[in-house]
Amino acid sequence: MSITQQIITIAMVVLGTVLTRFLPFLIFPKGKETPPYVKYLGLALPGAIFGMLVVYSLKSIDLTIAPYGAAEFLGVLAVVLLHLWKRQMLVSIAGGTIVYMILVQMVF
Amino acid sequence: MTKKKKEIILKALKAAFPHTVPILAGFLFLGITYGIYMNISGFSFIYPLLMSLLVFAGSVEFVAVNMLLGAFNPLQALFLTLMINARHLFYGIAMLDKYQNVGLKKFYLIFGMCDESFSINYSAHVPYDVDKGWFMFFVTLLNHLYWVIGATLGGIFGSFITFNTQGLEFVMPALFVVIFLEQWLKEKDHTSSVLGILLSIIALALFGEDNFIIPSMIAILITLTILRKQIEKRGGWS
Repeated sequence: MSITQQIITIAMVVLGTVLTRFLPFLIFPKGKETPPYVKYLGLALPGAIFGMLVVYSLKSIDLTIAPYGAAEFLGVLAVVLLHLWKRQMLVSIAGGTIVYMILVQMVF
Repeated sequence: MTKKKKEIILKALKAAFPHTVPILAGFLFLGITYGIYMNISGFSFIYPLLMSLLVFAGSVEFVAVNMLLGAFNPLQALFLTLMINARHLFYGIAMLDKYQNVGLKKFYLIFGMCDESFSINYSAHVPYDVDKGWFMFFVTLLNHLYWVIGATLGGIFGSFITFNTQGLEFVMPALFVVIFLEQWLKEKDHTSSVLGILLSIIALALFGEDNFIIPSMIAILITLTILRKQIEKRGGWS
């Protein structure tokens, strides 16, 4: 690929990304009344999005070979328990990650 | 700039930074990984530097490496990017209100709305005396900075980095689990959260890890639309 072709390819990736981010704001600009259905989606979607992001961030787990996602499961469990206990974002994330790192480096 | 404005901005930066610490660890690590990947694929560090600066969407940047190595096909590059990043459409709909009335910062906030910046800006409890616009601006800017620094470092030093970081990538799922949990504890009705997990798992099982996001989004949209009346009632929005 020539430099020009590379620049065009990268420009397309930038354009595609920017489009997906700006589109909702372009379709429903400030002054215009947002349709009730879209407002409802704005309120109802986040729960589903965060659920989807959890699955997305763990999508590469292979449940068919040992240890069958055990490290990820225990890591998530540590995050949840720490968070319900202390409710400190950093503690939960750091604690869960340390548990996971120990598991994948030393146990599994 | 007046002294008062400086204080407002500095206060927002101080409030925003702790929220981005997990991302500091995650993005430096992932950014370095991305930079190394570009480095061993034969690209100068200028590439990861520019890509992380201009695109700022992790997964598509990894995919773009293959686009750059393959045959020239700009339309395919555009469509593939639209497919991978379609989830941003949901973020935009959720942020229509929050990103309003923040002045020109709005353009940067939308430009830099990656998974992590969106998640933090949507869910963070900003103290009442901290300017929300500047808070969200710094969350986005700091995350962007971590990513660019990581990608550039990886691109420069390539495969010299050898300390045992195996498993550090778990900070990203850990972050999303915490944000999901916070949403769960806050909401009156869990239908949407349960649907998000369930439908994504079903889509993942059916379509595989490279193709499940669009089917999950469609399934979520359809189900939320069908259940609108019940969810509005139970969520206390109608």
